[in-house]
Amino acid sequence: MPESEALHASHVLEYPYSRSVGPVIGAFLTGLRDGRLLGVRGAGGSVIVPPTEYDPATGDDTGELVEVGPGGVVESWAWVPNPLPKHPLARPFAWALIRLDGADTAMLHVVDAGGPDQVATGDRVTVHFRPAGDRIGAMADIEAFVPEGGTA
Amino acid sequence: MSGQTTAEDLGPVTTLATPIRLDFEFTPGVAQSRFLRGLEKGRFVGQRCPTCGKVYVPSRGSCPTDGVPTTEDVDLANVGTVTTYCVVNVPFAGQSIEIPYICAQVLLDGADISFMGLIQQIPTDEIRMGLRVEAVWVEPEELTPSLASVRYFRPSGEPDADYETYKDYL
Repeated sequence: MPESEALHASHVLEYPYSRSVGPVIGAFLTGLRDGRLLGVRGAGGSVIVPPTEYDPATGDDTGELVEVGPGGVVESWAWVPNPLPKHPLARPFAWALIRLDGADTAMLHVVDAGGPDQVATGDRVTVHFRPAGDRIGAMADIEAFVPEGGTA
Repeated sequence: MSGQTTAEDLGPVTTLATPIRLDFEFTPGVAQSRFLRGLEKGRFVGQRCPTCGKVYVPSRGSCPTDGVPTTEDVDLANVGTVTTYCVVNVPFAGQSIEIPYICAQVLLDGADISFMGLIQQIPTDEIRMGLRVEAVWVEPEELTPSLASVRYFRPSGEPDADYETYKDYL
């Protein structure tokens, strides 16, 4: 009889953390909200994106902020054929390490390329921001990177 | 949104929301499901160990002392005894009850284990071990297979329980 069956229910556990971002990542996030990509100059003159407060190689304070992009090069990538609810796009996409023009490090983000046969290491991509009114100062202000010269 | 907001108006970004979320599909199991279905009918249902005779509520389906399945369902009383308690004065995120409030372990008559309940309709400085309480349920049409069916416990008006009657359940 139905009463002998075990119940089940959805249960969500969520912690509403917020963290303070500090002056350098704060500047980067402010740049995203403004529709700009910012890196920071490290000890040897290299440009680190996303910017850090300290040079990862030497531990020295980093220097001035530098605008980079909006284009860049795919350094490596992995195709996601079945996106999960928490993923930034609902359709299949690539996670990619993208070295923005003017930067010496690569940044992880999304390439919206249509299919795995339309993304390759070495491809040129360009940033696609969300509309200004939707940007809040977060990585998701970048909706995706898209192949340079138009979407697939 | 005006569409004219400038970066100067917004100021620099200083914080980042980083919620952590876990989505569970929870199954309480057959024994606890009986307890929960009992709540839906406005009563407490426990289970008795066939070896030691102790009655557990909510039952996990087996006796932790004897390691045998608990198969006999036992209807428990709507009244019980406060064995221990805590007056909550500290606000915390997500708090749904106005402070101060009393959280107590309630030993239902007929049960051999207490469980946690909210105590209302008594000043916080009058709560005490041995206080006799009764469950107050939500309206019949609001009953669900959840402890939310029990609104709270309140003093039943009976004389306090003798310490000897609950000293083994502390």
